[in-house]
Amino acid sequence: MSVKELVERYCRTSKLPHIWCPGCGNGIIMGAVMRALDKADIDQDKTVIVSGIGCSSRAPGYMNFDTLHTTHGRALAYATGVKMANPDLNVVVLTGDGDCSAIGGNHLIHAARRNINLTVVVFNNSIYGMTGGQYSPLTPTHSYATTAPYGSIDRNFDLCKLVQAAGGTYVARGTTYHTRQLVDQIVAGLGHNGFSFIEVITQCPMYFGRKNKFPSAVDMLKWQQEHAVPVKAAAKMTSEQLAGKFLIGELYHEEAPEYTAVYEKEVIAKARGEVK
Amino acid sequence: MNSEVAHIDINEKWCKGCGICIAFCPAKVLVAREDGKAAVANIEACTRCGLCELRCPDYAISVGGKQHASTN
Ligand SMILES: Cc1ncc(C[n+]2csc(CCOP(=O)(O)OP(=O)(O)O)c2C)c(N)n1
Ligand code: SF4
Ligand code: SF4
Repeated sequence: MSVKELVERYCRTSKLPHIWCPGCGNGIIMGAVMRALDKADIDQDKTVIVSGIGCSSRAPGYMNFDTLHTTHGRALAYATGVKMANPDLNVVVLTGDGDCSAIGGNHLIHAARRNINLTVVVFNNSIYGMTGGQYSPLTPTHSYATTAPYGSIDRNFDLCKLVQAAGGTYVARGTTYHTRQLVDQIVAGLGHNGFSFIEVITQCPMYFGRKNKFPSAVDMLKWQQEHAVPVKAAAKMTSEQLAGKFLIGELYHEEAPEYTAVYEKEVIAKARGEVK
Repeated sequence: MNSEVAHIDINEKWCKGCGICIAFCPAKVLVAREDGKAAVANIEACTRCGLCELRCPDYAISVGGKQHASTN
């Protein structure tokens, strides 16, 4: 499918061009999500896209699906409601690192814990873009932000590990540079029957880039190219070689009972008196 | 090299001149215009890999031809 066809089919074209800054990774991720939905051959009329608040969370506003632009941090709570009410729907959550790890961190833990069948794509640009570059829980140690003028002293936080520990059953990390792999990671997440979590390392040239001396979005993508290590390659590397790098690829995958299916069997059926 | 010369469309209204497609084109097909927006300089070298399409944040560039990497 050509870009024109992709946009015509999956975007609300009257809303384009989008408002994101030049070089912002949000458009790359939204493109990857549309390509993945296309590749996975999902029914557009049976797909709901849910977001919270932030630059990244504006994405569903451009997408030609049933969409919910909710409140800050609560995308997963709304998405859980949609999925519980109608488990036949594909529910995709688009959220920022602030939206999902700070104010929405608690919802993330519990959605993962339940293993509810949602596909979550986190736009991790390491900062709060929309509100002017405050640091987020995912801002790397020693990086700068408007609220960290001397560099952040917080320890690094691995959201993928959190989700795995909480009970998420498909966990992957991609980048906006490794776009083709990203599409496949999202396809795998869509196909997985359980809580799927794809963290995407992306660029906010406007705030993270300027605060951290990246001259352009291109330099930020080069940084991704140089610092991302595929899981398989990492297995053969020493901890010294891996220092300062981050892993990309499928990080965790297991099959486990999915929440809405269990609910149907163990709650709804009993409540209806169909089983004892 | 290519049995068919590719065709690249750039939507100059949507292009924000970020330079991503130019910097990462493996065949160095693209250049920046004076205003920073992308332009085609060397279409014969295009292998239709589709990386510019995949990475353009603004859906402003598309590669015509047979192989489409983006939706293969
Ligand atoms: C309850 C509430 N608290 C705070 C805000 C202000 N606010 C809007 S977006 C945002 C952070 C966005 O950061 P992130 O989720 O990383 O998205 P980005 O803009 O970087 O894509 C904050 C704190 C809000 N809208 N609502
Ligand atoms: S402020 Fe950052 S995240 Fe927001 S649109 Fe601009 S570059 Fe993108
Ligand atoms: S990647 Fe897109 S927006 Fe950026 S210069 Fe190329 S065509 Fe323009």
